[in-house]
Amino acid sequence: MPVEIRPRPFAPWLELGQYQDRHLPPGAFGACAAFVGSMRDFNCGERVHAMTLEHYAGMTERQLTRLTETALARHRLIDVLLLHRIGDLRPNDPIVLVAAWSAHRADAFAACREMMETLKSRATFWKKESTRGGERWVESNTPAFEDR
Amino acid sequence: MTVHIKCFASLRQQLGVDAVRLEHRREMTVADAWRALSAQPPPGNLLCARNFEYVDFDQTIADGDEIAFFPPVTGG
Repeated sequence: MPVEIRPRPFAPWLELGQYQDRHLPPGAFGACAAFVGSMRDFNCGERVHAMTLEHYAGMTERQLTRLTETALARHRLIDVLLLHRIGDLRPNDPIVLVAAWSAHRADAFAACREMMETLKSRATFWKKESTRGGERWVESNTPAFEDR
Repeated sequence: MTVHIKCFASLRQQLGVDAVRLEHRREMTVADAWRALSAQPPPGNLLCARNFEYVDFDQTIADGDEIAFFPPVTGG
């Protein structure tokens, strides 16, 4: 159940495959659902050429660990993996990887979605974007699909 | 008692406060800690934490606590 905050760029699909090969018992899982969030080069009608991700050290780790523990308790999962960037990012850089493994797809799908939505609403990260007009803090995350 | 207060993101820039140590003689709440930071009422979307857990503004603070104020989170 690794939860890691990464100050340097990471390769989410490589990490996902490596983690699965090294830590998941072969044959035990029938499903892996994964979400990868990456940096766009546009937001609110403007080009964004860089971004800084700040976090509250100490609280962030607690929130992330708790949301993975909640997913493991609520769903029939074999394992989960959560990686999140902090620091200076460029467009296309991966920001977050959330993955869940289970015997059947329903648990993996549901857990991946729940972990991601909880992360978006509770985990203490803040984005500051660099645009041609200067720097600006992102004021809120987009709502989940069903809330739009 | 001593309370450690931290501010993050846009709030840190607005207040010009990163971290501050507050000495207080009486029992205090999170709302009292905010009033020690700013004469302005707290923004409507302001969030707060006590010892790394989300709390409401009426939460009582104990000696040595870390109180954090911050805007809505935008990770992921």
